[in-house]
Amino acid sequence: MPEFLAELLNRNDIFTASTIMEYWGGLVTTVQLVFLSLVLGLLLAVPLAIMRTSKNPLINTPVWLYTYVFRGTPLLIQLYIIYYGLAQIEGIQQTFWWEIFRGAFYPALLAFTLNTAAYTTEIIRGAIVATPHGEIEAAKAYGMSWALRMRRIILPSAARRAVQAYSNEVIFMLHASAIASVVTLVDLTGAARNIYSRFYAPFEAFIFVALIYMALTFLLVFAFRKLENYLLQHQRPVNG
Amino acid sequence: MIDLKGYGPALLDGAVVTIELALLSLALSLTLGLIGASAKLSKSRVASGIATTYTTLIRGVPDLVMMLLFYYGGQVAVNNLSDYLYDAYGVDFFFQFDPFIAGVLTIGLIFGAYMAETFRGAFLAVERGQIEAARAYGFSRWRTFHRIILPQMLRHALPGIGNNWQVLLKTTALVSIIGLTDMVRVAEEAAKAERMPFHFFIPVAFVYLSLTAISELFIKWLTKRANVGVVQGS
Repeated sequence: MPEFLAELLNRNDIFTASTIMEYWGGLVTTVQLVFLSLVLGLLLAVPLAIMRTSKNPLINTPVWLYTYVFRGTPLLIQLYIIYYGLAQIEGIQQTFWWEIFRGAFYPALLAFTLNTAAYTTEIIRGAIVATPHGEIEAAKAYGMSWALRMRRIILPSAARRAVQAYSNEVIFMLHASAIASVVTLVDLTGAARNIYSRFYAPFEAFIFVALIYMALTFLLVFAFRKLENYLLQHQRPVNG
Repeated sequence: MIDLKGYGPALLDGAVVTIELALLSLALSLTLGLIGASAKLSKSRVASGIATTYTTLIRGVPDLVMMLLFYYGGQVAVNNLSDYLYDAYGVDFFFQFDPFIAGVLTIGLIFGAYMAETFRGAFLAVERGQIEAARAYGFSRWRTFHRIILPQMLRHALPGIGNNWQVLLKTTALVSIIGLTDMVRVAEEAAKAERMPFHFFIPVAFVYLSLTAISELFIKWLTKRANVGVVQGS
């Protein structure tokens, strides 16, 4: 550790090694929670979005209902229902599920996954619906089956249109994950709340954590800009 | 009807608090949004710099963290101020920072940044010639704004305002975390006391759903009104 940093840490009452480690633990929890819920949410959202664009009302109505309910209610309520509700399910204490859902991490992960899957489904649906008709017509003229058309033509083309909106959803999810701290999880915000109550130092505790979130946000924005450039490479002007 | 175990009136009061909080925050955010958008578009480097910093900072920090900072930090700041005033001037001033104020301030400030972006886009969508014509007719700056720019930008801004409002409404749930007895807080206490989480949270979720559904219809109606006289391709 550089000399000046050690000096700074030694003369400081709040940012000691132990609080820094608490923040670090919080960072790990936040990143795990957000990353896992985004990956699982995306995996759920792609098939759901395809179902949502189906013309059969028996297939698209349930998906519509799911996205409507999850987008129309606060994530906090969804988290409370899952966190407090799972324990109340008759007989769950006797099954292996109880081992998983006993703590706060997996209920929070479930709530976040279902929430982000609902938003992502609508984003992907919008992108699928906006596929230029000519592309689909051409694929049909080539004799592509529905599955091949979906895989080779519609989904890649939709991905390019969805990436911008999806990057907003990712950042939204990072910020929304702060509420995990209300169900006893020590994520970044949870760490800040602990440190606030230990030292009664709201500015130090919360501004420091705000800076970490800001750094994470800008990192994500940068990564998505790179991804967007990569996906839209073929549309760039030749000498641009 | 479902049996709310005597928590019915408290839940209803909580719902009123939620709606009050949402409407006040909306008013604050619209004001901040207009100011922010004007600052962003102004020729003054300082004004546009401040506005850009504001919107960038807000978008980088989670709403809950900001709310906790305002609520806990706000009280400390007020305490320090009152100590200072007492020591320096002998003024006895004290002010209890309550969760409602912290909530309105935070939500208003956060959505003010989003509204600023919405309004900026909408301002830019108004044709330059319209403004020049108004000025040529001798309209004052204020008159140009409220007779020419505002009615025309509104139809571009409404979809954005609508989206922000829907998100804002759901963000109000967070204020229960800093102790405001809104609908979510009452439901949480009831659910814990009665050990019936589904029984209390699902009705609250329904209230939120109906609020968003009603707002959706209202925004549709407003958009239709704002678009009167605009020829749209089908």
